Amino acid sequence: MTPRWTLPIVAVLVSGISVSARAETVQISMENLVISPAEATAKVGDTIEWVNKDIFVHTATARNGDWDVTMPPKKTVTLVLKKAGPIDYYCRFHPNMKATLTVGP
Amino acid sequence: MFVRLSAAIAAFGLLSSAALAQGAKPTDPQIAHIAYTAGVIDIAAAKQALSKTGNKDIKAFAQDMVRDHEAVNKQALNLVKKLKVTPEDNDTSRSLSKNAADKLAELAKLKGAEFDKAYAANEVAYHKAVDGALETLLIPSATNAELKSLLQTGLKIFQGHEQHAEHVAAALK
Repeated sequence: MTPRWTLPIVAVLVSGISVSARAETVQISMENLVISPAEATAKVGDTIEWVNKDIFVHTATARNGDWDVTMPPKKTVTLVLKKAGPIDYYCRFHPNMKATLTVGP
Repeated sequence: MFVRLSAAIAAFGLLSSAALAQGAKPTDPQIAHIAYTAGVIDIAAAKQALSKTGNKDIKAFAQDMVRDHEAVNKQALNLVKKLKVTPEDNDTSRSLSKNAADKLAELAKLKGAEFDKAYAANEVAYHKAVDGALETLLIPSATNAELKSLLQTGLKIFQGHEQHAEHVAAALK
């Protein structure tokens, strides 16, 4: 009898842990002076991978001041999200490059 | 619409009169030379501004110009090397350089807010002229696909510079 009960309990525990602990990586690219996707969603703990495909230096600068990431040409830079909330960001050097990242708790 | 059109025509006249006088479209080696020269000119103007200005916005703008134009020119050099093309000096490049040298000398005499205003105004006019020439002459004339694509990237980034320059110029008034 005991084994039958333990199995589901273990399964619930494992899945519970994996949901909260599995951080994902979200890729956002900057190419030809365009950020895509322009609207992305992620969760606290996730990693954003900014892929700069241009020959120019770009930044991902949060308008609320939460973060300011600089990406050298043809380089990828990562950022781990620490705070929830919708964040409008842009490139300080090319302000026409704008996008939104919605960070869930 | 009308303003845009007339600006493009003015730019066309400024940059293409030499090429048109010869009765021919510029060739790829000439286009490469013109585009590279246009970048060098704006980098020189930005470096002059960095050595003269005390204005935070002008400084940031000039730093953007150096960074972006150097990036485009570096890519242009890589491309001509790859294509084994030797950029060819031409009347358009020469008149661009001559006008730029005159402008540098003119701006060198100015100081403080006077310099800042003149630099910003010239950056607006210069980017307008270059963007107009790229759109109406250089991009349509380019035959090599990679050169065309680099010019298109250049146009996109320089249009951003034009807006940025307009913004900086407006803030100084």
